[in-house]
Amino acid sequence: MTVSSPRMPVRWHIGVFLAPAVLVYTAIMVLPLFGTLQLSFFRVVDGRDVFVGLDNFRTLLGDPRWSASFWNALGNNFWFFLIHMAVQNPIGILLAALLSNPRLRMRAFYRTAIFVPTILSFVIVGFGWKLILSPIWGVAPSILDAVGLKSLFAPWLGKEEYALTTLGLISVWQFVGIPMMLIYAALLSIPDEILEAAECDGITGMSQFWKIKLPLILPSIGIISILTFVGNFNAFDLIYAAQGALAGPNYATDILGTFLYRTFFGFQLQIGDPNMGSAIASIMFLIILMGVCIYLFGIQTRLRRYQF
Amino acid sequence: MNSKLARGLLLSAAVLSLAGAAQAQDVTLTIESWRNDDLSIWQDKIIPAFEAANPGIKVNFAPSAPAEYNAVLNSKLEAGSAGDLITCRPFDASLALYDKGYLASLAELEGMKNFSDVAKSAWITDDGENPFCVPMASVIHGFIYNKDAFEELGLSVPETEDEFFAVLEKIKEDGTYIPMAMGTNDQWEAATMGYQNIGPNYWKGEEGRKALISGEQTLTDAAWVEPYKTLARWKDYLGDGFEAQTYPDSQNLFTLGRAAIYPAGSWEISGFNTQADFEMGAFPPPVKEAGDTCYISDHTDIAIGMNANTEHPEEAKTFLNWVASPEFASLYANALPGFFPLSEEPVELEDPLAQEFISWREKCESTIRSTYQILSRGTPNLENETWNASANVIRGSETPEDAAKRLQDGLTSWYEPQKN
Repeated sequence: MTVSSPRMPVRWHIGVFLAPAVLVYTAIMVLPLFGTLQLSFFRVVDGRDVFVGLDNFRTLLGDPRWSASFWNALGNNFWFFLIHMAVQNPIGILLAALLSNPRLRMRAFYRTAIFVPTILSFVIVGFGWKLILSPIWGVAPSILDAVGLKSLFAPWLGKEEYALTTLGLISVWQFVGIPMMLIYAALLSIPDEILEAAECDGITGMSQFWKIKLPLILPSIGIISILTFVGNFNAFDLIYAAQGALAGPNYATDILGTFLYRTFFGFQLQIGDPNMGSAIASIMFLIILMGVCIYLFGIQTRLRRYQF
Repeated sequence: MNSKLARGLLLSAAVLSLAGAAQAQDVTLTIESWRNDDLSIWQDKIIPAFEAANPGIKVNFAPSAPAEYNAVLNSKLEAGSAGDLITCRPFDASLALYDKGYLASLAELEGMKNFSDVAKSAWITDDGENPFCVPMASVIHGFIYNKDAFEELGLSVPETEDEFFAVLEKIKEDGTYIPMAMGTNDQWEAATMGYQNIGPNYWKGEEGRKALISGEQTLTDAAWVEPYKTLARWKDYLGDGFEAQTYPDSQNLFTLGRAAIYPAGSWEISGFNTQADFEMGAFPPPVKEAGDTCYISDHTDIAIGMNANTEHPEEAKTFLNWVASPEFASLYANALPGFFPLSEEPVELEDPLAQEFISWREKCESTIRSTYQILSRGTPNLENETWNASANVIRGSETPEDAAKRLQDGLTSWYEPQKN
């Protein structure tokens, strides 16, 4: 006696629907990524590509000059990231909390106004702020002068000690709309019943935000942190637009992206070195990969989620 | 970043193919260049003159931004989408292109015999056999000043360094003008218009430059540190906030008449002539003591070569021969006063400021920028480091001695003749 086992139908539609995304993503992201990794294991000797194993990485981290540039760029990159985490995200959350207040009027206007810089080109933001802060033509010195604080003005973008922080804050100004929007959406999705229940228990105002809303939006904050991390360690455009590829003054604003660009494509008399450039790109990839893994396995799995 | 580049390439490819479709019967040659400032001069004067003399060949001048030119050009050549004619940076950048087979040898080109060996030196293989670009022009460094301001303050043109600083001091005391328009934000001005401008007087031009290449002198020798010490003194005479002042800022400060002196390259002349409404003069870098021989940086700066993979080699050679002709030299030198022709035929210049600059060739010794030949082949790149060091020294964040030592250490790390 044969029992016809109920065969699962082949669910070919899954493959069909996935195919376009997988193909496009593979062609424009995965293949170049592996191409870069491959390039970083080679070096041009006498006009031919020679496999050198990890030599490029050894040079990058071992040679005193390369490693000084690398650690400088990495350190600057962490500072750039810290500024975003410490300034952009708290302000984003604050703005979202204010916007979600039902008594606030002209919410749509504020929301749009704060979000608009995000869609501006880096070049516009970079040149715009360079003009605003220009000691010669800028409005910043005259505005400070008008309120009697001219002495506070300095050519920030030209000073080693301020330039990177200034650029970080410019970037914060540009992108604060993104955490604001994400948190705003998360806040709106909190059901009214929960808030009403909290009110019945006497939790209102600030304590309602800290005790009820904040725990509920923690997963969104996690996502924002990781987006900030990935975005900052891939950053390049703003620094390039504002300070050029040499990331002056004295490499004070050099981050991994500009370091990679200078190395890979060359600059002025310096001829590009795609192999060393790929080594830097690979390390950037590893740093981002590690950061994302720490978040995924260390933090996200421990976040408590609430089902409504 | 990559996506931006790709988009740019796609766009230019699309534009090129459109242009090609429109004039299918003629051969169109495309020129790659970083001189986007000269776009109108090429389109209105140079190209029409060529096209009138050579029917059937159309020329399209397609410049990109100076700072991005090398990177963009390399990518285009690798992708096979570069133009037929390539504007050549001097020395190694172009030599590398030739070595990779992207530039064709011009040893056979008829017009090359119009140029001296010095003129060809920046675009020839190390063995001197194969020139690969037709020299177009050199640029001379010096200082451009506002004649009206000098008259108003009763100043005369400084000839020695002491006089130079005395003039700066007087302008500063008076307070109407910023003594000197320069910023350190873009870094290259500090090196090019600062260090390479005044330096030849200290290292005695070609003598010092060649001694550095052969390893007889080092960057920590007095002749190479002194110019940094002089640069460090410039700080007090630059405008407020010069640390964040960019190159266009400096140009505007001078042409708006707010600054009295502008450390310059002669390439500024045409731009300044249209912008400034006061009379301008120029003086060569001041010498140490009155009567010293003066040295000027007369830098072979721009040339044009042929893409080895061009589809129209014959037409491209026709164009290059025309570039080598006296007709082009005269046209170019007068259309772009400040770019001085390198061909041996004398060229009559009309612009007074350009005449002033070129007159120094007779009384001073010419040299080229010290970092360009051979010395910027390694890592760290001496030219880029010099930008950084010059900017640091002017800002006062590094002493001249420290900067020189850092540069020398970097050079010693890869350059054999300097190792002993």
